[in-house]
Amino acid sequence: MSIIPPADSPDTRLEAPSGDIDPRIDGNAGTESQWQLIRRRFSKHRLAMISLVILALFGFVALFAGFISPNDPGDVKARYTFAPPQGLHFIDRTEEGWSFRPYVYGYDVEIDPVALRRTFVIDEEKKIYLTFFKRSWEYKLFGLIPTDLHLIGPEKTRDPLYIFGADRLGRDMFSRVAYGTQISLSVGLVGVIMSLVLGVIIGGAAGYFGGWFDAATQRVIEFLRSLPTIPLWMGLAAAMPSGWSPLQTYFAITLILSFLGWTELARVVRGRFLALNGEDYVAAARYDGCSHGRVIVRHMVPAFTSHIITAASLAVPGMILAETALSFLGLGLQAPVISWGVLLQEAQNIRTLATAPWLLVPGAAIVIAVLAMNFVGDGLRDAADPYAN
Amino acid sequence: MLGYIARRLVTMVFTLLALSVVVFVVIQLPPGDFVTSYIASLSAAGESVDQETIIALRERYKLDSPVLVQYAAWLGDLLRGEFGYSFEMQRPVGEIFSQRIGISLAVELTAVVVMWAISIPIGIYSAVNQYSIGDYVATILGFLGLAIPNFLFALILMYVCYNWFGVTITGLFSAEYMNARWSLDRFLDFASHVWAPILVISTAGAAQLVRVLRANLLDELNKPYVLTARAKGLARRKVIWRYPVRVAMNPLVSTIGWVLPTVISSSFVTAIVLNLPTLSPILLRALLSQDMYLAGALILFMGLLTLVGTLISDLLLAWIDPRIRLGMVGAN
Amino acid sequence: MSNDTILQVRGLSVDFPGRKGDTTAIADVDFDLKLGETTCFVGESGSGKSVTARAVLNIVEPAIIKKGAIHLVDVKAGQKIELSGLDPDGAEIRAVRGARIAMIFQEPMSSLSPVHTIGQQITEAILLHQDVDEAEARRRAIEALRAVQIADPEQAIDKYPFEYSGGMRQRAMIAMALGCEPDILIADEPTTALDVTTQAEILRLIRGLQESRRMAVMFITHDMGVVAEIADQVVVMLHGRVVETGAVDQVFHAPEHAYTKKLLKAALGLDDAPARRRETPSDEVLIETGDLSLAFPSKGKLFKRVAGVQALDRVSVELRKGEILGIVGESGSGKTTLARVLMGRFQPQSGQAIYHMRDGGTRDLTDKASFRDGQVYREMRMIFQDPYGSLNPRMTVEQIIGEPLLVNGLLKGADLRRRVGALLERVGLPATAMERYPHAFSGGQRQRIGIARAIALDPRIIIADEATSALDGSIRAQILDLLLDLRAELDLSILFIAHDIGVVRYFCDRVAVMHRGRVVETGTAVQICDAPQEAYTQRLISAVPIPDPRKRHLTAS
Repeated sequence: MSIIPPADSPDTRLEAPSGDIDPRIDGNAGTESQWQLIRRRFSKHRLAMISLVILALFGFVALFAGFISPNDPGDVKARYTFAPPQGLHFIDRTEEGWSFRPYVYGYDVEIDPVALRRTFVIDEEKKIYLTFFKRSWEYKLFGLIPTDLHLIGPEKTRDPLYIFGADRLGRDMFSRVAYGTQISLSVGLVGVIMSLVLGVIIGGAAGYFGGWFDAATQRVIEFLRSLPTIPLWMGLAAAMPSGWSPLQTYFAITLILSFLGWTELARVVRGRFLALNGEDYVAAARYDGCSHGRVIVRHMVPAFTSHIITAASLAVPGMILAETALSFLGLGLQAPVISWGVLLQEAQNIRTLATAPWLLVPGAAIVIAVLAMNFVGDGLRDAADPYAN
Repeated sequence: MLGYIARRLVTMVFTLLALSVVVFVVIQLPPGDFVTSYIASLSAAGESVDQETIIALRERYKLDSPVLVQYAAWLGDLLRGEFGYSFEMQRPVGEIFSQRIGISLAVELTAVVVMWAISIPIGIYSAVNQYSIGDYVATILGFLGLAIPNFLFALILMYVCYNWFGVTITGLFSAEYMNARWSLDRFLDFASHVWAPILVISTAGAAQLVRVLRANLLDELNKPYVLTARAKGLARRKVIWRYPVRVAMNPLVSTIGWVLPTVISSSFVTAIVLNLPTLSPILLRALLSQDMYLAGALILFMGLLTLVGTLISDLLLAWIDPRIRLGMVGAN
Repeated sequence: MSNDTILQVRGLSVDFPGRKGDTTAIADVDFDLKLGETTCFVGESGSGKSVTARAVLNIVEPAIIKKGAIHLVDVKAGQKIELSGLDPDGAEIRAVRGARIAMIFQEPMSSLSPVHTIGQQITEAILLHQDVDEAEARRRAIEALRAVQIADPEQAIDKYPFEYSGGMRQRAMIAMALGCEPDILIADEPTTALDVTTQAEILRLIRGLQESRRMAVMFITHDMGVVAEIADQVVVMLHGRVVETGAVDQVFHAPEHAYTKKLLKAALGLDDAPARRRETPSDEVLIETGDLSLAFPSKGKLFKRVAGVQALDRVSVELRKGEILGIVGESGSGKTTLARVLMGRFQPQSGQAIYHMRDGGTRDLTDKASFRDGQVYREMRMIFQDPYGSLNPRMTVEQIIGEPLLVNGLLKGADLRRRVGALLERVGLPATAMERYPHAFSGGQRQRIGIARAIALDPRIIIADEATSALDGSIRAQILDLLLDLRAELDLSILFIAHDIGVVRYFCDRVAVMHRGRVVETGTAVQICDAPQEAYTQRLISAVPIPDPRKRHLTAS
């Protein structure tokens, strides 16, 4: 009797015995849906879980940028040009003992008589006490609701509060980074959503119809992937009319990013489509009498949504990095708009950088956000197919 | 093999044509033709242009003809080696090219070599010693390498060198060698400057290469032929070098295809931050001033470099992998 | 200890270290290997056979040899080396590997390096263990290739593994193992991935080499037929322990352990099949194909055009009402392509396949339009080979079985649920199983779910493509019996595609034998299996191992 064993893998790792081969159908075995399995797998990925919390924090900052910012990010205060970061203190020690009362130290300004430069010295004598839910400058929550409520602010509104220091024009870096988070994250998200739409439609059509359409799509993708992206992006970005409004530029930039970023997603979608088309259970669905639409929606889409989400989440950091690079070079978003890249433009000059290294804080935001996104993407990738071994 | 090379060359020509169309579209995108914007920028600077020059320029670039004719004229010029005239720099594009291309290529090729030299040993070490401390360090560095944008890395490097060591790392030459002839001293001066951009450019690509190589090698390490080789009595170390590393190298060769675009992209940004005398700052200036003829020629040239690189990697792959050489599997 | 004993294993235990403590892979394994004898290790997957084999060579990472002794005897010098305590990568054990103990594996393709020539891989071992120069090593490699009957070894030596056929690759592996004339050859399921005729050749080759060189062979398999053909001694393993050891005749004819008996019953069960009552075939024809021909177009490769494959070559078969028609052949014979043509997945270049519908009309299955209204799919259902791939892992069993009923608008809501429950019970599963996802079930259970889905629409025909080949012996028999019951009960006709002669003999009424896209012989199952007429069928039938050492016919010299 010859027996063909169940598809054997070419893997020679010795595996520990798995115990009973024939599981009993009892208890709760096999009652979990795909998403429950994915969630369980993902939550075992510790780094990805921590990163998810960090990203949630970034998301909160982006949504409530105005609430979190103690100062108006556009507020120019020549007095505080290049004021260094103040350390936040929470426990106040006075003669009366310890109490929870956040404060920062104030500045003393010394003028260098030779270079005629102002240097800031942190004055430990001057305590600037802070209060929570402070009412100061006005902004619109979610761009709609006008309010002046802020998470934190100095008790006396006129006192300086520069947690991350101030820039060349005395604007508060902390508030600017918070607002930059809003723009930079949303560019990544909107860009990925746009390329997702392009990628899913084109990749899906290529995978489903095959034939010349597939071949042509493949050539186009190969072509786009063989190009050095940054120069081409820049060419497109430079071709934007200079008179456009910030909002128009914003959408043009995201469109450019997604125009060249859809290829990876299309490749994933097409690959999954082709793989699924060969699956027996998809053939079985056709034989069950399902229409084309039902085969796709009911039997194929659920099998690759997790893969698409993974690919999309891994594409977001790339978009953010690209926007940052373009804006940094002056070809992306332009000055009144605040993004991490625009902020870093200020740090281009080595002398400025030497005077005010805190101008690199937006860089730290980029690195942390991109790292967290990569970790979450990795965790998702490992969890995306809970049925593979 | 010859037929394969011929076919690849034909494909490359077509890809290049496609690229030229894309670039031409980019050139055409800004509103108004560039002579108009040139005049506008000149008059903004308070200079005036005589009517004859304008007519000559319009004639020269066939600006009053249909778009297709303009494209053909542009492409024809390029093929004849006439890259046009940079209004911004008031010099022929070809001249700017020949002045800077050597340095550009030198920096980029060195970066590619360094990238491979860094990533291959690390990738092999990481895979062979999976989950060791060294592997974790390499993985963390790799993630950082992917997360830090080039320009940021360049900025940080610049800051650290300036602040802690008092060294300025911008440029490729000290002032006294800037325009000197090549000599040993000038070369040493060049070498003392070039490490910084090379380091910055090669890290991002190296981080990706390490990941690719590590994943490939981990796959190969568990293949049955490794067991076969060990069952022959070969030492583990020898087995790894002779078999899985050899097999895992093949996909690595094919990564040249994306390594080059990456290197060109990242050298671009790095060159601008570190103020290198390469083609990149020229392209940036051309783009910012919408000097599209110069920009177009530069973008096309960078595309050509990438395509040549991809061709080389495909040929190399066919040469080292018998499965491709003997036509059993496709190159892609 | 007799003079011929070359390897003595005592109390061998291998553990997998894990975070939650160690897992035992094998425990207290004892056996001897003797020169000039073949010892078969038999057991299900996961029983520890392969671990035992690799422990002999001391290559078990990430596991560790916990305790026990492996004594390798040098017969001439009368000395013993203990292998289990050696450094797994040290010089001493490496001098043994390949030189005194050689090993071959199941997957000849992946067991050979794809980027080195066969010659490079064979000479490597020779150069490593013998003090010869390259030219001499090459000469010996050519000799080894000749010994394993590879034609034209002078040329074949410079080819790459992918230029060889499956059987040739396994021969090349054997040549590599024999290059240094080892005392012991370990063969880990060396024929499992091969077709039955190729398997017969390889078994014959191993047996022949073993006899002429007086090697000890440690042969690992899960197939009792192969054991009966090649073994002198048998070691039966279960859950990492040896449960029975003995001479082959004694193990087959006087087994002691219950598990051995179970294995034998599963292997022999199908052979007692002729006892099954055959239906008298009716004359009513349901499907008749006429001269179906299908060639897959050639694929343009980089350097040369590969000729297209003639998957079907003027195939004419007919399926009669109430019968089980077996389509038998080796891989690449076109049997699966035929099933796919009948299901409308491929359209042949010529020929026709007429299906007589329930309502008396006819449809040509080679025409895509015949399937458009879905009526054909309601009357003709499919059971797939892979029980894991054929059920959508993201749907519950209720959704899977209910899908055909739902999309055909037959039932919904509580009625659908009731019907699914009834179907599950009909195929031998509890109705409560419907709330679970497929990953809760074993292979056999999943195949039952697939059958429930197939019969949900009350079909007339079932096309079963290798429906039982992924299942273990005893479970396979249960599934076949279930199908037999259902056929009687539901008045089904079954087109059964298989490569396993034993299953065909047990299950089918009539058989069509396919070879290279052509039907070479058609007849009743008994005729084909017991008195084949065509040369190919004879070769095929005679290559099937018989699970009885007294009827040994493949390796008898």
